[in-house]
Amino acid sequence: MDFQIATLLAQDGLTNGAIYALMALALVLVFSVTRVVFIPQGEFLAFGALTLATLQTETVPGTIWLLLVFGAVAFLIDAAVAVIRRRPRALLPAALWNLALPAAITGLAVWLAPLELPLPARIALTFLLVVPLGPLLYRIVYQPIAEAPVLVLLIVSFAVHLALSGIGLVLFGAEGSRTPAFSEATLEIGFLPLPGQSLWVYGGSVLLAGALYVFFGRTLFGKALRATAVNRAGAKLSGIRTAFAGKTCFFLAALIGVASGVLIGPLTTIYYDTGFLVGLKGFVGAIIGALASYPIAVAGALFVGLLESFASFYASAYKEVIVFTLIIPVLLWLSLRTHHDEEEE
Amino acid sequence: MRSRVAVGILLALLAVAPVLAPEYWITLGSYIGLYSLVVLGICLLTGIAGQVSFGQAAFVGLGAYATAWLSTAHGLSPWLGLLAGFAVTGVFALVLGLVTTRLSGHYLPLSTIAWGIALYYLFGNLEFLGGFTGLSGIPTLSLLGFELKDTRAYYYLIWVCVFAALVLIQFLLASRMGRAIRALRGGVVMAESFGVNTRLLKVQVFVFAAIVAALSGWLYAHMQRFVNPTPFGLHVGMEYLFMAVVGGAGYVWGALLGAALITVAKQLLQILLPDLLGASAQYEIVLFGIAMVLVLHRARDGIWAWVAPRVQHWTRPPVTPTAPPPPTHLRAPVAGPLLEVSAVRKAFGGLVAVNDVSFEVRSGEIVGLIGPNGAGKSTTFNLITGLLDLTAGDVRFRGQRLAGLPPQRVARLGVSRTFQHVKLLPAMSVLDNVAIGAHLRSDAGFLRCLFHLERAQERRLVAEAARQIERVGLGPEMLLPAGSLPLGKQRVVEVARALAADPVLLLLDEPAAGLRYKEKQDLAALLAKLRSEGMTILLVEHDMDFVMGLTDRLVVLDFGVKLAEGLPEEIQRNPQVLEAYLGGVA
Repeated sequence: MDFQIATLLAQDGLTNGAIYALMALALVLVFSVTRVVFIPQGEFLAFGALTLATLQTETVPGTIWLLLVFGAVAFLIDAAVAVIRRRPRALLPAALWNLALPAAITGLAVWLAPLELPLPARIALTFLLVVPLGPLLYRIVYQPIAEAPVLVLLIVSFAVHLALSGIGLVLFGAEGSRTPAFSEATLEIGFLPLPGQSLWVYGGSVLLAGALYVFFGRTLFGKALRATAVNRAGAKLSGIRTAFAGKTCFFLAALIGVASGVLIGPLTTIYYDTGFLVGLKGFVGAIIGALASYPIAVAGALFVGLLESFASFYASAYKEVIVFTLIIPVLLWLSLRTHHDEEEE
Repeated sequence: MRSRVAVGILLALLAVAPVLAPEYWITLGSYIGLYSLVVLGICLLTGIAGQVSFGQAAFVGLGAYATAWLSTAHGLSPWLGLLAGFAVTGVFALVLGLVTTRLSGHYLPLSTIAWGIALYYLFGNLEFLGGFTGLSGIPTLSLLGFELKDTRAYYYLIWVCVFAALVLIQFLLASRMGRAIRALRGGVVMAESFGVNTRLLKVQVFVFAAIVAALSGWLYAHMQRFVNPTPFGLHVGMEYLFMAVVGGAGYVWGALLGAALITVAKQLLQILLPDLLGASAQYEIVLFGIAMVLVLHRARDGIWAWVAPRVQHWTRPPVTPTAPPPPTHLRAPVAGPLLEVSAVRKAFGGLVAVNDVSFEVRSGEIVGLIGPNGAGKSTTFNLITGLLDLTAGDVRFRGQRLAGLPPQRVARLGVSRTFQHVKLLPAMSVLDNVAIGAHLRSDAGFLRCLFHLERAQERRLVAEAARQIERVGLGPEMLLPAGSLPLGKQRVVEVARALAADPVLLLLDEPAAGLRYKEKQDLAALLAKLRSEGMTILLVEHDMDFVMGLTDRLVVLDFGVKLAEGLPEEIQRNPQVLEAYLGGVA
């Protein structure tokens, strides 16, 4: 391998690594607030990229059905709770958020999809269609069992992943899609060509990571979210609405997922099940940061991207094996760093 | 005996089925058996020991590929393949178990996810394993010269294995190791304090579940006579877990129920769904995912939890009152104090919870450790028993340093304790809870317990537990679930459990809290009697009447500092103590 190949591999690895880093950030975010190990994070990436790809063909994406069904189910749950607790006034906001909003977005999509729109408009529509699925998913699946042990939440997450990936196949079909690049320009640094899309990926990742850092480190609302993770009961007593914290968190996770999908869509072909492996590689990165530290998770995810890139050069058939086996030394290292057994639940 | 009748009927049905049922259903029955094996392992691992694995399918794959490769490429006997499968699986499970045993519970499942994917791609890319096409031409099994080619014969082999595994797991669960395994879920601190090496036990359970999965893989390989990576992927691993959860992960019979239900449901869905929905898309996976979420929302303990109270009679081996007591500690007299606490300090960050506290406990006396809330009494207990590390200072028991020893080593030396916040396993009987106390008085390891070779020792442990329960006056409650007792009595169960360990030094953390007057008197009488038999007791207590009448000496803590030490009547008159307790009113 000469220096040029090495730099190309590094560049490729960093691009993928940046996407893994976004996944890792979302995973740490969700885990640290809700204690949910969010296996389906990658599905948002796939749904985002595939929704955009469908919009590119000027057809209405199947995502609208998912949005409408999720909204209807969430409304039924909210309505049942409102009836049981004899709070009829809660019905109106429930209907607005769960029925009217998805219906409005669907209407917008049906109207706009066949038109010849510029790419940014289609991207905006993609966000509108997919991101609300995050909070709706929290309302339907996680909020009713928010107090359950981590392990139960983890199994639930895996089940949600199964269901969503099956739905992905139904909605988008088995064929993969690629979306057009944001810019075809290529930046030359010495002999190294930097495709414009990679720069978008780097820029987008840094921006989102920075925004999260500021949100959680500097704002009162971010700190309130963190408090929910540390002590739900205490947070409730301090006036933090834990259900709202969970929904916010899933909103952010879906947002990050869709952003990743939109960013990576032009670089690689996305299938309905691509998100799972991408999300899990983000996991390996997040675990390096013990599912707690944002900066280490980002560094870990970048490392995973680099490792994968170089592994695919040396032993392409074994790149997944190598990437996922990395978790063993990582866990060993975490284990040696832990002095006492971590607290049992 | 109703449960025995039910098991008999089930066995008879399983035995007769192949004679009556068509081939298709026998094959389905064989698959249910294969899945049941894996799910049995998951029930032990997840439902009972509280660890989750998504990667059991990968272990099935190791068992299948080991024998497939050895018997096709090298023409070796399938029986060697079985051993090789066990060995490979054992090593992999051991490594995974060891690297995650010290970490929080969610790292094991996460590592099994990564592991499941890595192994799937490894199977699919290794040329000598046939890549994604797989290996074919695997020989059939022969048993005593009889070739198991027939579907029906193979069905019997599979179900014999299932019931063998089931019986072994039942043996294990009814042993000292079984009680310790149940304690892994929510009682780790307690189990450690009675000498259970919980980390080792977690790894042992994980390896055992993996080995059972490998057995299933071996049977599968020689039944199908063909293997490829697909049935060992991560999603299949999830399906196994799903079977366990639906059936009832906390019950061995739930494993069989779950495996049967899901397998049949899946068959039906595969037949019905394409007709109903027209497409062959993965609707079944969507339904599975949704069903799983619903089960975990609404019936987390599975179907067997609903069946169990209707069918089952817990027929635990009756107590054998004539069994001799298990071995006791040597009680060689020691020169000097039994327990020496010298300038111990514990700092949590900037907060010094225990600040250079020193005191001694001599053989055969009852010493009370008193002080207002937050004085550091329980922290001191935790420092002595090794639950917390000392920041500075030294603790010696019979002249031996305790500092730096883990709780199970301290327990081994003859120090036994109760907890301020009661740590019982609420679903287990009082008898089983107390028998955990006697854990160290038997040396039967995992394998001996698995094959039930510790009968004699086990009888002695249970008899000893029963004696201690009678001794503290809880005889009538012996077979009730510990969680059904009022809090005061639960504290007394804790005392019985501590006594079952045959302690030289007994540490009691607020044993009388929540007891009624008469019960307190009984407890005080019991402790006085123990002292007259040579037991040494250190106790934390708030009830001054209880303490004053019982203890030989008192040590008073306030804000982590030793305020006073002396005879109870001296302490009662000590102005500093009165100041701390009553704010100087006196």
